Amino acid sequence: MDISKNKREWQEKTLKASLKRSPEREERFLTNSGLEVDALYTPDDLQGFDYVHKLSFPGEYPFTRGVQPTMYRGRVWTMRQYAGFASAEESNKRYHYLLEQGQTGLSVAFDLPTQIGYDSDHAKAQGEVGKVGVPISSLEDMEALFKGIPFDKVSTSMTINSTAPILLAMYIAVGKKQGVDPAKLDGTIQNDLLKEYIARGTYIFPPRPSMRLITDIFSYCTEKLPRWNTISISGYHIREAGSTAPQEVAFTLANGIAYVQAAIDIGLDVDKFAGRLSFFFAGHNNLFEEVAKFRAARRLWAKIMNERFKAKDPRSMMLRFHTQTCGHTLTAQQPDNNIIRTAMQALAAVLGGTQSLHTNSRDEAYATPSAEAVTIALRTQQLLAYENGVGDCVDPLGGSYYVEHLTDVVQAEAEKYIEKIDQLGGALAAIEHGFQQREIQESSYRSQKDIENGKRTVVGVNKFVSPYPPITGLLKVDPVEAEKQKQRVIALKAKRDKKKVTQALNNLKEVASGKGNTMPAFIECVESYATLGEICDVLRGVFGEQQEFLVF
Amino acid sequence: MADEKKIRVLVAKPGLDGHDRGAKVVARALRDYGMEVIYTGIRQTPEMIAQSALQEDVDVVGLSILSGAHLELFPLIIEQLRKRKMDRVLVIAGGIIPEEDHPALTRIGIKGIFGPGTSTKDIAEFIRKAVGQNKAA
Repeated sequence: MDISKNKREWQEKTLKASLKRSPEREERFLTNSGLEVDALYTPDDLQGFDYVHKLSFPGEYPFTRGVQPTMYRGRVWTMRQYAGFASAEESNKRYHYLLEQGQTGLSVAFDLPTQIGYDSDHAKAQGEVGKVGVPISSLEDMEALFKGIPFDKVSTSMTINSTAPILLAMYIAVGKKQGVDPAKLDGTIQNDLLKEYIARGTYIFPPRPSMRLITDIFSYCTEKLPRWNTISISGYHIREAGSTAPQEVAFTLANGIAYVQAAIDIGLDVDKFAGRLSFFFAGHNNLFEEVAKFRAARRLWAKIMNERFKAKDPRSMMLRFHTQTCGHTLTAQQPDNNIIRTAMQALAAVLGGTQSLHTNSRDEAYATPSAEAVTIALRTQQLLAYENGVGDCVDPLGGSYYVEHLTDVVQAEAEKYIEKIDQLGGALAAIEHGFQQREIQESSYRSQKDIENGKRTVVGVNKFVSPYPPITGLLKVDPVEAEKQKQRVIALKAKRDKKKVTQALNNLKEVASGKGNTMPAFIECVESYATLGEICDVLRGVFGEQQEFLVF
Repeated sequence: MADEKKIRVLVAKPGLDGHDRGAKVVARALRDYGMEVIYTGIRQTPEMIAQSALQEDVDVVGLSILSGAHLELFPLIIEQLRKRKMDRVLVIAGGIIPEEDHPALTRIGIKGIFGPGTSTKDIAEFIRKAVGQNKAA
């Protein structure tokens, strides 16, 4: 049967007549990222499609269909709600609550001072303590944060970058106090500085020493924490800053290439560390484009690891990822709609084969989510996992002419960008040129204009606008908590063994100035109850501070 | 009125958060609406913002913040502007600012608060009108 011929006949005979009677709603149909969508896809669009080469089988190269052979038939994705606010005690209560509600892993949000290397009592921390996450200034805070949470049973993801080695050192130290061998610790640190320079903004040090701290973690964990995910190479913030789906894939994997190269350059064997790299993507609105994006990212990373880096171990080629639904798609108007938006975005992540998932809460266009709102968000995941049957078949959209076509297009677009970044000298050189930043800004501005001129619909904002009751029950962080935290840090500084602290900080200074692995020195520092701010001050002295790669 | 002086706007990001998407979009849109826009970049202290406002001789300071530190930081910025005798500068804000915090911010002299979903056109029109009144006063 000649499908092309039949399709042409259908277009002439059936479609034309129909269009004459009733034209389509739009002149052109575009995905969220501006990719053209045809009315219909047929086998014709997948000419030369080689199933084994392009898709293969789940758990096998190039992992298009998923990284595990049975995917959610074995175990559903890890439900991991990103949480942290006010104080270590308050956040600890929230973690216990979430675990009681059936959450299966923890995800720690740190406040900005902790992320940027200031203790809660620092002048620059004013107003920020406990706001977007939990303040952690010392091991004492970390102990309170994880009180009653057994590290040998619960895995923990920590969204921490510049100060990742310090928080990881604290996690190891708390584990030791619980009697858990570091080799048994299971979790993830974000530890992805390149995307901080591109989009997220919590860098402290210049790129070179940052890359060194990252590879120090790679090599330390290879030896001591074999189950730890040493990095979460993140496209989420790139997308949130305004990129398209292909840009999200491209800029993330280009950063991945830079990390792998940096690790190889210090003499690490690719198959020793690459299996512990993990990824983090956004779940956006256009369902099919998002599913295609996740599949394309998996296939492209496998190819990169195989062809560019000559990895041998299949684990080194598996793109394992966390997904968070897109915060910037949440509206302040008609906030209950956000529950539905989030559910659809979560569905895309599950159909795309995510390993873990965070669903946003309905009130996040207003504040850090309340416990009630978080519960609905978690229930959304549980509905997907246990009521809708979406996880019962592996890669259920695989073989859809449309989704396979989109997967090819997203991959091809991403590959073009990676080629361009290679030409610019790699991810870091491109960042220094402002390339990724500029591309993202262009996309985000276009998206905003499209919303304002009505080309892009946002329900409740530029279409179907109606009055809505004011949102109530928002989480409010009591300023008293910040003051208590500040006093706690001051009290700690007075009561600890100062000699030990000085010794540990001096040792860190020496190691950081040389070439040795910094991780043992960080562990010594945190165990002496040196504070995060003090540790960062030492590093600022040795490494210097990075200014914004400002593109405007 | 081609010879009319362009409205000068400082778009600033106080606090430590790196969410600059909104600030950059607004800055660029205001430029497209014919204003002179200076964007400070992230992690600006109240002193830095007030100093930039003075040096750039702006009519408007637009503050963008998504970390939740607005109640603590905005009064400090207003204070620093006053110290530099810039009381007449129009101060507006955007980001993640719950409505229940609006009265406190209005009281200290923040003239407009623009939350998620605001059209850049509305911001530009608000500025034109408010700056016009400021000059007429």
